[in-house]
Order: sequence, then C-alpha cells, then structure tokens
Amino acid sequence: MEWASWSEFWHMAGYGLYVWGSYAVTLAAILIEVILLKRAGTDTRRRLKRMQQWEEQ
Amino acid sequence: MNLYTYASPANFYHLAGKLIPWFAWSAGLLTIWGLYISFFLAPTDFQQSEAYRIIFIHVPAAWMSMFIYLVMAFWGAIGLAFNTRLSFMMARALAPTGAMFTFIALWTGAFWGKPMWGAWWVWDARLTSELILLFLYVGIIALWAAIDDVKRGDRAGSLLTLIGAINVPIIYFSVKWWNTLHQGSSINLTKAPSMAAIMLQGMLVMALAAWMYTIAVALIRVRRIILERERHTDWAKAILETE
Repeated sequence: MEWASWSEFWHMAGYGLYVWGSYAVTLAAILIEVILLKRAGTDTRRRLKRMQQWEEQ
Repeated sequence: MNLYTYASPANFYHLAGKLIPWFAWSAGLLTIWGLYISFFLAPTDFQQSEAYRIIFIHVPAAWMSMFIYLVMAFWGAIGLAFNTRLSFMMARALAPTGAMFTFIALWTGAFWGKPMWGAWWVWDARLTSELILLFLYVGIIALWAAIDDVKRGDRAGSLLTLIGAINVPIIYFSVKWWNTLHQGSSINLTKAPSMAAIMLQGMLVMALAAWMYTIAVALIRVRRIILERERHTDWAKAILETE
C-alpha cells in the first residue's frame, strides 16, 4: 500500500489534476457511450414496433 | 454444430444476447481488479512519481484504438470479398467504441504530457497519427450516416476503413521511425518489458477489461443493427412483439 491517508491518495503527489482528470474523463466517456447505447436500443425497438403496427393495418 | 450457423443474423442475434452479460460482468470485475493493482499495488515510479498511473488507462485505450480499427478493417474486407451481411454490421457496431478509445488515448495523453513534457499537445509523429485515427473513425461514421442505401453505405465505409488502415502501422512504428517526444514502447514482442512486473500486470488487466467492455458494447450495438435491417423477416417481427 502506497498511501498513508486518503488525502494523500487524492493528492497524487501533486499530480492529482492530471491523474484524476484522466480517470474522470475516461469514466465520463464510458458512461456516455453506455447511456447513448441504451437509449438508441429502446428508441429503435419502439420505432420498429410502431412501423410494424402501422404496416399491419 | 456448424459454425456458419452464426453467420446468419437471426442466430447471431440470439447468441449475442446470451453472451452480452458474460462479457459485461467480466469487464466490470476486471476493471475493479485492474484499478486495485493500478492504485494500491503498483508502487510509485522513481522518475514520474504518481503521474505515471495514467498509463493504466492510456496504454490500454491506445491499444484498443488501433486494434478495434484493425478488427473493423478485417470485417470490412470480409464483407467486401464475400458479401456477408453480418460482417458489415460488425464493422459498424465497432466504430463508435473505437472512436471513444481513440479520444481517451488522446485525452489521457494530453494530461500526461502536460506534467511530463510541459505541453498538452505537440505535433509529434505519434500524437499526430493518433489524431488522424480519430478523424478516420469520425469520417467513417459520418460516411455511414450520410448514405441512406444500406448496401452502398456498407461498401463505401468499409473501403474507407481499408484505405485508412495504412495509418495503424504508422501509429505503431512512429516512435521508431521518427524522433518523437513520445517515448518508445515499454512492451515488445521480442524484448523483455522495460517496466516493473506489477505495473505491467495492472496494464494488462486493464487492457483485458477494455476488451471485454468493447465486445459487450459492440454486441449490444450489433443486435440493434440486426433488428433494424431484418425488420421485415418473421423472426424479427416475432422478437419485436415479445421484447
């Protein structure tokens, strides 16, 4: 274990901005992709369903 | 079992549905393990202090950015050669994730470059060719989006992917061919890795997590594409009714 305390952990020997700036943006990018993917999935299925019902009439 | 069974979109749709949770869970667990190694087991670097911990996302993201592109080019080539529908769908399903990893590689690179080199960005061969990779991804996605005719779009996008594939070896060997500010690779197929074993392990676990994530996400995306394209078939209609 490298860290004596949590504040030392967040501080990253003065490189906190760079280390956490990298990890935070990576996390954000992944979350955005997953959310968009989920939304696109439900949107497409809903749209296809509607088209299908419309075609059956 | 015949392997070609799964070249049929209908069968692949069901297979992918069963596989997704496995890949998603592996991605999650590997990420936790990888982050634990990265922050709690890997020691402080004697040259770069704690700033080096960016490596655990930077290198896997950069690997993925190149590898996903090659896989896309592979599916594009198969599609163009054999006219297999599913290949084109796979290529389309991979592109957004490839673009995302390219962005992450560039972003984390900037956040690493600033404290180490004193600059967020330099027009060095490695950085420039990676930026071109991002433009290629964006260009290919835009081309697909712009062409309404699915078949023509598939072919045009895959052709562009194949032409752009020349950029991947340029990225990979840029640190050898040119005198770059970016450091050479720490991992080589021929030499022993020039880094501590535990750091290497953290990087590999994170890379594996990125792989599992990519497969899970690409499978979710390809299922949507399959459904969209097969909507006139009976099996797709049946799925839309039950799902």
